Amino acid sequence: MSGNHPGLSNTFIHSGEKFEWSKENLQSIKKIISRYPSERKQSAVMPLLYLAQEQNDNWISIECIETIAETLSMPKIRVTEVASFYSMYNTQPVGKNLIQVCRTSPCWLRGSNKITDTICKETKCQINETSEDNLFTVVEVECLGACSNGPMIQINNDFYEDLDETSTKQIIDNIKNDLPNKVGSQKGRRSSENA
Amino acid sequence: MLKPQDRVFQNLHGQDDAFLEGARKRGSWSNTKEILSKEQNEVIELVKSSQLRGRGGAGFSTGLKWSFMPKDTGKQHYLVVNADESEPGTCKDREIIRNDPHMLIEGCLIASYAIQATKCYIYIRGEYHYEYLQLEKAIQEAYDKNLIGKNACGSGFDFDLYVHRGAGAYICGEETALLESLEGKKGQPRLKPPFPAGVGLYGMPTTINNVESIAVVPTILRRGPDWFKSIGKENNTGTKIFCISGNVNNPCTVEEEMGIPLKELIEKHAGGVEGGWNNLKAIIPGGSSTPMLAKDVCETVLMNFDDLRANGSGLGTAGVIVVNKDNNITEVIERFAHFYKHESCGQCTPCREGTGWMFRMMQKLVRGEISPEQIELLENVTKQVEGHTICALGDAAAWPIQGLIKNFKSELIKNYKKKLKAS
Repeated sequence: MSGNHPGLSNTFIHSGEKFEWSKENLQSIKKIISRYPSERKQSAVMPLLYLAQEQNDNWISIECIETIAETLSMPKIRVTEVASFYSMYNTQPVGKNLIQVCRTSPCWLRGSNKITDTICKETKCQINETSEDNLFTVVEVECLGACSNGPMIQINNDFYEDLDETSTKQIIDNIKNDLPNKVGSQKGRRSSENA
Repeated sequence: MLKPQDRVFQNLHGQDDAFLEGARKRGSWSNTKEILSKEQNEVIELVKSSQLRGRGGAGFSTGLKWSFMPKDTGKQHYLVVNADESEPGTCKDREIIRNDPHMLIEGCLIASYAIQATKCYIYIRGEYHYEYLQLEKAIQEAYDKNLIGKNACGSGFDFDLYVHRGAGAYICGEETALLESLEGKKGQPRLKPPFPAGVGLYGMPTTINNVESIAVVPTILRRGPDWFKSIGKENNTGTKIFCISGNVNNPCTVEEEMGIPLKELIEKHAGGVEGGWNNLKAIIPGGSSTPMLAKDVCETVLMNFDDLRANGSGLGTAGVIVVNKDNNITEVIERFAHFYKHESCGQCTPCREGTGWMFRMMQKLVRGEISPEQIELLENVTKQVEGHTICALGDAAAWPIQGLIKNFKSELIKNYKKKLKAS
């Protein structure tokens, strides 16, 4: 996968201002750390990276890493290592809607290529690019674990499944027009039952 | 075919309430205290005698695995549940977690009791955000009703359950990589021995089980190991959730009897192959890493551990990926090769370098650009990767390619000759 994938680049960048935890997150952090043995605070690094990413417009800056390292009394390099190893931590700013298209064989067998093409056309961005209005970033990813509902995509936290070109276009249009989307199967299935 | 009264997962597709009220109606938590009043060894023996084999891919006896845990060490023991479901073709644990989370939670309590673990972590893949929220909500319910926590179910056993989210690394489904990840490090597998039962999470005795293995335990103990054993065949017992994807008319996940004929599974539940059974090219029976089966084998093979192994493949996670003749089977495998290249953790040279090399060769193979000698070289390299790495990711990357060459070598050579002629 290209090094430009926001979750797979090892090039971290500065945001320019110190990252400070929000009040709510300081509360959450206490709770998170309490799940692990007291001398094993480092276990909280993944949940804290998620919190930081959420607070920082969906990406991890060098300043986020510095703050996490301080909170967990860890060397910065250890936090950096973890942030670069896992693909869900974005090391660069991404658009408001991060669209991840599953490209692995079960989805591909059901036409994921057409879904990718439709998304690129409708969002006017190529794979690994962010649209000019910053509304979309499009990436191709490996299996997202909804194989009986392929082809499927993930937009931020949500799965959209059983897609075809029409329903995909509709989802993108709705985002553009600030309309809500129905999460899950676009063919009316509750989950992955035979229907 | 599975009788309706033998179904373990009664809310697999979310047709009813996923939470406590619904779960109680389905029988969860009905006599947990009684189960926990048995000796720990007795629980292990019951699970062992049910012949339940791990549902995460390796198919190792769950009860036997538990019996490897040391007894009364005075140390903190852990149960870790592997919900990092990432094997392409697999989407079964997702349905359990989002539609019947209490089956998993009750299973965690009972399994932890059996191995003397007062703490349990469920490691769920990061992309399953909705499933994570469902699980957290159900755990909160269980705490509120004192089903877990101090003196769980009034049994005198103290038990804490936590969820830890992964963040998009397939390798963390490997049990020791998962432990590394839980400890806040990169998910790179550990050398074994020592095995997790001796030195696991934070260096303490640990058992790691798949979601489906843990979620069936309460039902096995309620209905008895003999009931479980009466479904399927000796050593391949019980029910199994199959995920059917690819070129079928109705892709779905379904619970069936272990050992259902593959053809029956596809025709009864998935509406048959797209374009009819005769349009079938090959089936990958147990998730991306299991070698494919050619059509003639698919006619008769049974979907259990032993029969699939005897036919040169494996049950794996029971992620059945169907490929018909309208698609290029080589590209299916090329995409898997891309997947493994992407997911190699980079620790062992044969895997780190081999997965990249194999992917590039597969790209050429798709274009019909590699000669019969090079096909042999590719096969040879897959054998040099297989078995020469710390974990099984190297093997998993090698097997699909070996399966392709084994079944379709003459076709690959024909493509090459055609391309040569055309140029």
